[in-house]
Amino acid sequence: MIQDEFSRLRLKLVAITLAFSFIPLLSLGLGLYTRFYDTYTDKIYDNLRNLVDNKKVTLDLFLSERVAQLSNLALTESYQDLSGDAYLERIFGVLQLHSKSFLDLQVIDQNGICVSYVGPYQLRGIDYSREDWFRTVMAKGIHVSDVFLGFRKYPHFNIAISRREGEKTWVLRAAIDSDIFDSLVRVIHLGKSGDAFLLNAQHVLQTKPRFGHDMFDTVPFPDVPRFSGTRVEEMTVGGQVSLYAMTWLNLKDWLLVIKDDPAEEMMPLYRARWLLIVLLSGGSLLIIAGAVVIANGTVRQLIRAEREKAGLDASLTQSSKMAALGKLAAGVAHEVNNPLAIIMEKAGWMRDLLSEEDIKASPNFQEFADAVNKIEFHVRRAKDVTHRLLGFARRMEPTQENLDVNLLLEQTRSFLENEANFRGITFVRNYQSDLPHIESDTSQLQQVFLNILDNAIDAIDKNGSITITTSAVPDAGEVEIAITDTGKGIPREALEKIFDPFFTTKKVGEGTGLGLTISYSIIEKLGGHINVHSQEGQGTTFHITLPIGG
Amino acid sequence: MGLRVLAVDDETDFIETLVKRFTYRQIPVTAASNGPDALALLDREPFDVVILDMRMPGMDGLTVLQEIKKRHPLVEVIILTGHASVEAGMQGMSLGAYDYVLKPVDFGELLEKANKAYERKTLHESQRPS
Repeated sequence: MIQDEFSRLRLKLVAITLAFSFIPLLSLGLGLYTRFYDTYTDKIYDNLRNLVDNKKVTLDLFLSERVAQLSNLALTESYQDLSGDAYLERIFGVLQLHSKSFLDLQVIDQNGICVSYVGPYQLRGIDYSREDWFRTVMAKGIHVSDVFLGFRKYPHFNIAISRREGEKTWVLRAAIDSDIFDSLVRVIHLGKSGDAFLLNAQHVLQTKPRFGHDMFDTVPFPDVPRFSGTRVEEMTVGGQVSLYAMTWLNLKDWLLVIKDDPAEEMMPLYRARWLLIVLLSGGSLLIIAGAVVIANGTVRQLIRAEREKAGLDASLTQSSKMAALGKLAAGVAHEVNNPLAIIMEKAGWMRDLLSEEDIKASPNFQEFADAVNKIEFHVRRAKDVTHRLLGFARRMEPTQENLDVNLLLEQTRSFLENEANFRGITFVRNYQSDLPHIESDTSQLQQVFLNILDNAIDAIDKNGSITITTSAVPDAGEVEIAITDTGKGIPREALEKIFDPFFTTKKVGEGTGLGLTISYSIIEKLGGHINVHSQEGQGTTFHITLPIGG
Repeated sequence: MGLRVLAVDDETDFIETLVKRFTYRQIPVTAASNGPDALALLDREPFDVVILDMRMPGMDGLTVLQEIKKRHPLVEVIILTGHASVEAGMQGMSLGAYDYVLKPVDFGELLEKANKAYERKTLHESQRPS
């Protein structure tokens, strides 16, 4: 019952401690982690965005430079001059001075016929009039093609510029090595699984990515409508979740894509998460251990206090029981003494009359005499009981004298020596030689020691030993006397009654059951304590403590 | 003149038997069952020793003792008590009682104490300037 309550209290203490520790710990940990997570992902997104922005600027710059070079050429030179191969070759030479990326240069007339050409192939006279790009450049003035292999079997793209000169419109067209894109996107350093590539509007790769695909492959990429600026998104492409930073180039419908493995980018974050988990679990274990230790300690303390209180209650109960019984015993003894007195007097009167001559002659004289004797004998027995009871109830101030407990025990023991020898019982004396003298009442203490030693002899019956130990407890200002017998012990149910009046295990007429009751009240009156420890079959120990100061 | 006894106790059975036993030994004895009766008897007749119970209804033994000692200082009183209380006995003694006897009483002991009390009374009377 009490045990249950303590278990509940222990649980409650643990729960409260845990709640008050875990809630702040977890909120702090999670709050910091969330904050860190946000900051870190922002930083990653920003990095990717910056990277893609820079590359876009570079690519746009490259394209617009080539376009500008061609436009300048077209504007500054006349069709007349350029349609001659020798002059075109000289111009091409100038172009290549600045940029090796020009592969060839050709001039195409209004009808789509190549009129002059500088480059590794023989393209003069080719008719481009049916080509889409030709129509576009004629209409819009500029055309930038996708990257393709063409005759050359080498990835390149074309820039064509149209110029109106008088009635005629002619076209200046250059093939440009697209290797530059590859090298531009390839230098983007992206860890183990990162990638960068250019896609046209039809999702055809314009550069060779690091993994999986080759140039000109059509990749399964979600449709991204043209937008301005840069986007960073986490997308699932081909069943793989990756971070994608994207931007459209200005001059051409090409999408620059930088792909990054979030797992790789987030690695420090995951590491932080692991660290957090380890720290939190470590902290939690510490907190749990602490809570359990504190709760156990508190509950142990409470149990100890409870036990002490129970002990105190028990001794208070015993004292008040004694006081109440003392009053009762005094009342009863007094009331019984009057009838006893009458019986005694009547018996005495009968004895007086029995001395008359004529009664002596009666045949039943002996019977009467015996009856009177027995009545007187048993009234004296009853008187003995009532007087002991009254002695127990009596509030007599104990006398105070300086006495040597060892000596007193030794004297008391010697009274019983013959009886003990006769029964084969030995005394073991464990006296502390420098035991301080105490202020107490010799005759009352002697009565107590006699009672207990007498009981010990009775408990042993035959063959055994009685150990008498004395020791000083200087801290408490007490001396302690322990009397241990090797007798039959006291049954548990009898143990709590042994100080009760009239409780006896002896045969009717052999003991009044008042010895220990009187001993108890004497020791209490002398300011000491008496208690008993016993295990059935293993003997009994009486502990008596007495104040040194009286 | 021999010993004359006044026995005071509210237990009539007890006092009757006591009277019979004194009478049987030719000692003049009178019984009273309460304090006022006892005092009235003392005023009327001479007694040497009063055997006085402590616990009586109405007037208790100690009060009666004080009254006796006031009116008849030479009369010796033996206190009879069912209370084996040394305190009461001592209190009685300090109020001038000769001795006390615990109930149940051993008649021999009581008789001896009564005789000794009588001796003391005669001693006191002889010392008293007349």
